[in-house]
Amino acid sequence: MSSLYLSFSDSATMLQRNFQRALRNPFVIFSSILTPALMLVLFFYVLGGSIAGGLNGGEKGGTEYLNYLLPGIIVLTAALGAEVTALNVNYDRTENIINRFRTMPISRGALSTGHALANVIQTLISIVCIVGIGLLMGFRPNAGLVEWLAAFGLLALFSLAIAWLAVPLGLIARTPGGANSLSLIIGFLLPFFSSAFVKPDTMPDWLQVFVKYQPFTAVTETLRGLLTGTAIGDNWIYAISGSVVLAILGYIFARWAYNRQPSR
Amino acid sequence: MATNQTAIAVRNLRKSYGSQLVLDGIDLDVPEGSVYALLGPNGSGKTTTVQILSTYLAMDGGEVRIAGHDLVKEPAAVRAAIGVTGQFSAVDSLLTGEENLRLMTKLYHLGPQEGRRKTAELLERFDLVDAAKKLAATYSGGMKRRLDLAMSLVGTPRIIFLDEPTTGLDPRSRKTMWEIIRELLGEGVTIFLTTQYLDEADELADKIGVLDQGKLVAEGTVTELKRRIPGGHVRLQFADSGLLSSAALTFQGSIRDEEALTLTVPSDGSVRSLRTLLDRLDNEAIAVENLTVQMPNLDDVFFALTGTSKNLKGGE
Repeated sequence: MSSLYLSFSDSATMLQRNFQRALRNPFVIFSSILTPALMLVLFFYVLGGSIAGGLNGGEKGGTEYLNYLLPGIIVLTAALGAEVTALNVNYDRTENIINRFRTMPISRGALSTGHALANVIQTLISIVCIVGIGLLMGFRPNAGLVEWLAAFGLLALFSLAIAWLAVPLGLIARTPGGANSLSLIIGFLLPFFSSAFVKPDTMPDWLQVFVKYQPFTAVTETLRGLLTGTAIGDNWIYAISGSVVLAILGYIFARWAYNRQPSR
Repeated sequence: MATNQTAIAVRNLRKSYGSQLVLDGIDLDVPEGSVYALLGPNGSGKTTTVQILSTYLAMDGGEVRIAGHDLVKEPAAVRAAIGVTGQFSAVDSLLTGEENLRLMTKLYHLGPQEGRRKTAELLERFDLVDAAKKLAATYSGGMKRRLDLAMSLVGTPRIIFLDEPTTGLDPRSRKTMWEIIRELLGEGVTIFLTTQYLDEADELADKIGVLDQGKLVAEGTVTELKRRIPGGHVRLQFADSGLLSSAALTFQGSIRDEEALTLTVPSDGSVRSLRTLLDRLDNEAIAVENLTVQMPNLDDVFFALTGTSKNLKGGE
């Protein structure tokens, strides 16, 4: 058996383990849908009236802000996967499971790959639920099949990047609390400092510089364009290349963190 | 396979964490099919040694061969030959006992049929059949340790590392663990264990290494270790006080007990010194009713060697 086949097989075994664990602990999946759903409700019903006033011709409770908001909530859903992934990985660290795997003849990337793939699948499931809730609330996308497929393709790539960034955070954090805090940088900070909820034009100039050029904005804008027909421009290029670069950096960081010598 | 081959060979093993020296040049050899116990107080470097030998931790210097493979150059071959049960159980609490074992059989690429067979065999052997479908989170400490060890055996390792296998277990679970270790030994497996319990080393080990502050301060069989420190003696029982008096005159420095009619003679417990003692009794024609050899117990040896406790030294 080739080593490529073995590392594929080991990753599949780890992925299967993640599913077994997720089914035992359904609250994790539930909360990864509940949190973005609550944010959706908060932004649309509580803050939406004020924010919509800032949009051209926006009206209270109208679909225009919901159409703007929902792609942002979808990106937030993907970003929050970082929290679940970092916690799952950290569990393996604090429960000493990684210690066992490191002394076994299995491929070194298998555990992390299993976690990353599990995150992609769980995130896509959560996103389907969020889109469903959005439709019930009045979200009106004009995307055809091709646009939907492109949107889910992009989200799969993006959540893979998120997972590969979260895996090493879970590996280096000493406690679940630490893993949680670190992952919130990805899960909360980056989505809020992007175009997910409000237009960057309404922000101070110095902040716009960061917001406009960080990858979450490119992903959000591409998704918004695919689903609701707004202008995408070059955003799709930055969205894809940004996700690929982040995934590769995260993967390298994860390999380092997995093989890292404990400092005692 | 020849049983007198070396399973674990360690030369000048060194390790520090920053400026803190943890292992200061360890040498040891463990023959195939034997049990080696590394005994030492907390912080003496036992766990670090196991972590290095089991490829978890990199060493700073030295040479190690495990099952004939160089630890640094062929870590994959070493990993394929060993099973490791760490100090803290490494089981997935959100999986059942059976699922934990099946996970291992898949990671060892056993194939579905062989995987199920192996899982069933290990569940049976480690008395986990009734708990097989329960989450490991609900297991008692003893059950978790048994599952942990069972998981380490899925790959049929030739060498097993056990880091404090019975720490925190109740006496019954401890005895069960000892039985399991003896069974493994019967199958020709080599066992390297660490412990801070002297009776455990006494009970299981063919050879004991006493580790203190990163150095092997003594190594040998239980008997050899006991002989290394003074404090042993021979107790002679006599039929009457006349014989006791003559014997007391013969052995200067002995302690007599008039009431019990016994004489305590200092001795290192070796056959040679016993023979000398008996010869002298014969020469003086002193009849002895009963003779017992009292060696210092392993606790005395341990404390004398590691200096952990100043007030528990065995004898003068």
